[in-house]
Amino acid sequence: MPCMLRVDILVKFKEGVDDPEGKSIKHALELLGFEKVKTVKVGKMYTIYLNCDKEEGYEIAESMVRKLLVNPVIHEYEIRVEEV
Amino acid sequence: MWGESMKAAILQMEGTNCEEETYIALMESGFTPEYVHLNNLRKGKAKLDDYELIFIPGGFSAGDYVRAGAIFAARLKATVWKDLVKFVEEGKFIIGVCNGFQVLIELGLLPATDGISEAPEAALMPNDSGHFECRWVYLKSQSSKIFTDVPEMITLPVAHAEGKFYASESVIEKIEAQKQVIFRYTSPYGSTEYPWNPNGSVNDIAAIMNPYGNVIGMMPHPERAYFPYQHPDWTRNKRDTGDGYYIFRALAEALR
Repeated sequence: MPCMLRVDILVKFKEGVDDPEGKSIKHALELLGFEKVKTVKVGKMYTIYLNCDKEEGYEIAESMVRKLLVNPVIHEYEIRVEEV
Repeated sequence: MWGESMKAAILQMEGTNCEEETYIALMESGFTPEYVHLNNLRKGKAKLDDYELIFIPGGFSAGDYVRAGAIFAARLKATVWKDLVKFVEEGKFIIGVCNGFQVLIELGLLPATDGISEAPEAALMPNDSGHFECRWVYLKSQSSKIFTDVPEMITLPVAHAEGKFYASESVIEKIEAQKQVIFRYTSPYGSTEYPWNPNGSVNDIAAIMNPYGNVIGMMPHPERAYFPYQHPDWTRNKRDTGDGYYIFRALAEALR
């Protein structure tokens, strides 16, 4: 019987693409005295539970990324799959 | 009167807005508009084939979750994608305004430099300013297939947080080479720095069309400026029509 999988999909802007949310967070952190902040990048994490094995889990996650979660023009992503 | 039988579908789902302004503007321009909810398309209660024009209105469809327009686009792809492609290939017209523009980009119907793309070819990213930009902007008309009779400079309102047009250099070059840009942000002084370009769009792009000119996307809202009295300076500057009128008239003439 397939076990339960936890799939974390992390989506953020590609290197070189402006991240205005990251910039304003950086500014706020600097005002709070965090002088060593060099860059802040903001992303989104989707946590999805699936009933399937790891291999199929990766395939399903890749398909979700392609069909909805990522715009390949501006985003890069990372998929982490873990049995739970 | 021309155009009386031109049926226009105003697509609706949770979170769309501006439908009523759109309805009135379309009606005034000679269309017979109807509200068409995505659920009715899915259930087969409405068919895209019955219409000459699809208008995807502004708003915050599905709460702008994931990315603005992404869920609207995914739902269209999952339900009526083949009909939508057929609609475009038959040379009928689709226009997306604001959130509707975001939907067309996510669908790959725009910029479609080499035809409809499977994955998005461009993006409407968060504004460079990092906040919602809600005000009037100046737009410079580019001579384009459909919008031949629009004054050189018009003003329309924008209201968006994600309106920065962005694509790779090669896609931008193609868009420019194929003359797909309809409007660029400008100012009376010629400067296109912020705040004149409200979102940081590449090449000040505010509106584009596909290479055939029958799929149109724009961030500014023509339906919010159809009548002269919708302009904030209407008591000082006499106009016969609002500036949004020209967009609707161009659509009606293109379909006549």
